[in-house]
Amino acid sequence: MSTAQLTVTQAGPHVTFQDAGRFGKMRFGVPTSGPMDRASFAAAQAVLGNPDEAGAIEISPGGLTLACDAGEVSLAVAGGGFQVTLDGVRHGAWTVLTLRAGQVLTIRPGFWGCWTYLSFAGRLQVAPWLDSISTHGPTGLGGGLLTEGQAITLEETRVVAPRAIPLPLWARPLSEVPVVLGPQDRFFAPETIATFLGATYALSDAYDRMGVRLNGPALPPNAALDMPSEPIARGSVQVSGDAVPTVLLADHQSTGGYPKIATVLSTSLDSFVQLRSRQRLRFQAVSPAQAIALVRSRRLAMGRYLEALRPNPG
Amino acid sequence: MSFAYPVFRPVADHGLLVEFGDRIDNGVHDQVLRLDAGLSAESVPGFLEAVPAYVNILVRFDPVLTDHATVEAALRRLIAAPAVARRPGQPREVRVCYEAALAPDMAAVVAATGLEAEAIIAAHLAGDYRVYMYGFAPGYAYLAGVPEAIRLPRKTAPVRGTAAGSVVIAGPQCLVTTMIMPNGWWNIGRSPTRILDGGDSDRPFLFDVGDSVRFTRITREQFEAESRA
Repeated sequence: MSTAQLTVTQAGPHVTFQDAGRFGKMRFGVPTSGPMDRASFAAAQAVLGNPDEAGAIEISPGGLTLACDAGEVSLAVAGGGFQVTLDGVRHGAWTVLTLRAGQVLTIRPGFWGCWTYLSFAGRLQVAPWLDSISTHGPTGLGGGLLTEGQAITLEETRVVAPRAIPLPLWARPLSEVPVVLGPQDRFFAPETIATFLGATYALSDAYDRMGVRLNGPALPPNAALDMPSEPIARGSVQVSGDAVPTVLLADHQSTGGYPKIATVLSTSLDSFVQLRSRQRLRFQAVSPAQAIALVRSRRLAMGRYLEALRPNPG
Repeated sequence: MSFAYPVFRPVADHGLLVEFGDRIDNGVHDQVLRLDAGLSAESVPGFLEAVPAYVNILVRFDPVLTDHATVEAALRRLIAAPAVARRPGQPREVRVCYEAALAPDMAAVVAATGLEAEAIIAAHLAGDYRVYMYGFAPGYAYLAGVPEAIRLPRKTAPVRGTAAGSVVIAGPQCLVTTMIMPNGWWNIGRSPTRILDGGDSDRPFLFDVGDSVRFTRITREQFEAESRA
């Protein structure tokens, strides 16, 4: 059986192991975690013919450098517009390459995007927690954060032909973000809702896998915040006591007591998280029925794109 | 403003938040538990997961397979179905050592309540606790049922590095922490009982929402022995 041995020679903060996610455990306080940008993660797996639930490395703007000590393995990078360098040679941001013993792979932030995915034609040897290697950022449970000097073993490694991965339209950062109002929009006056939908917001520096605080007009709730804690969905736009909205992301708390003025559509989160701190956006309200229609058409297009990426069997 | 409960609130493209009331109450929570039990007993096409809480339950679904209106109709049928009973809550035991060295806030609780430490311990042990929901961090189960005499508002600022296994109280609520995290509740003891198994066991979480919980007092020697087990 062919294997490859890698060493992490540099890893920035928030660089973690992720698979598709840890599903169905939210009732026990465990969010799904998994990739911040699920669409780009899926592209990185499909292009290598990997199963949807295979493990990968999620790379933040902190970047990652890997040295290959033994063996060889093909890999894919997809998500954002990062700088990918193999032994000093620059490659496209969305690409399939082969890393061989003695070579060094460097991934650094580029002109755009916040998260990129490094998948392998081989199996990552990472211990799961609750059946998933996805890292829960706040606790480090799961595969965990990558650290300098860490060894990574890949088994059943394969080598495939290098290629560029076509960049789909929906992988771009999104500055018009569709939301469904609620479930607690009733805690806000109509003029506050109008502000939320009419104003321009920007991502703040308070941005991690749990969520991102936004800068922009305040959204004061019109009632005392005494609601019992209740379940939170990924994509919730939560307004804390200081009237500041926060979009809750992959590692969000499963319950909380602040009102949620709106919730971002599931497929729009993938491109929302590719916005960087200080980049601007506007929210657009859509009805629940419009949300279903938008998500279905996106999923259909994504399914066709991923099918076309997959290598032909045999 | 008054609502005719249950209220169904859409959550983006993939969920409905079903509300049975607006304040913490066993009767309201029973309705949450009944719908939760119905969802695990009956097949609702496209259903992904349910997250029960105090007064409402989040029902998540696959938007490719179904939609808000279809799921709402299915949930209304489940709520109306008289055959669906709430899942009986299992009794669970949590063992606690209240010794001063493991109860960093006992002195503060004594000062705030005017009760002796033994009376605070007796009150805590006498409480009738129910698991209302999980939240905050993996395995943090919110137990309501702290007796009136020892209900205190939470601290003004959380304390960093609160040890795993800490038994903490705030208002009517109690929880047993599962990992080292900041916490702003009052720390009155330490438990060796595993609420969250770090491994990949069949039963990683001790409690289901709806279970009833009884605390039993143990000595420091028992605590040390059970922590090693």
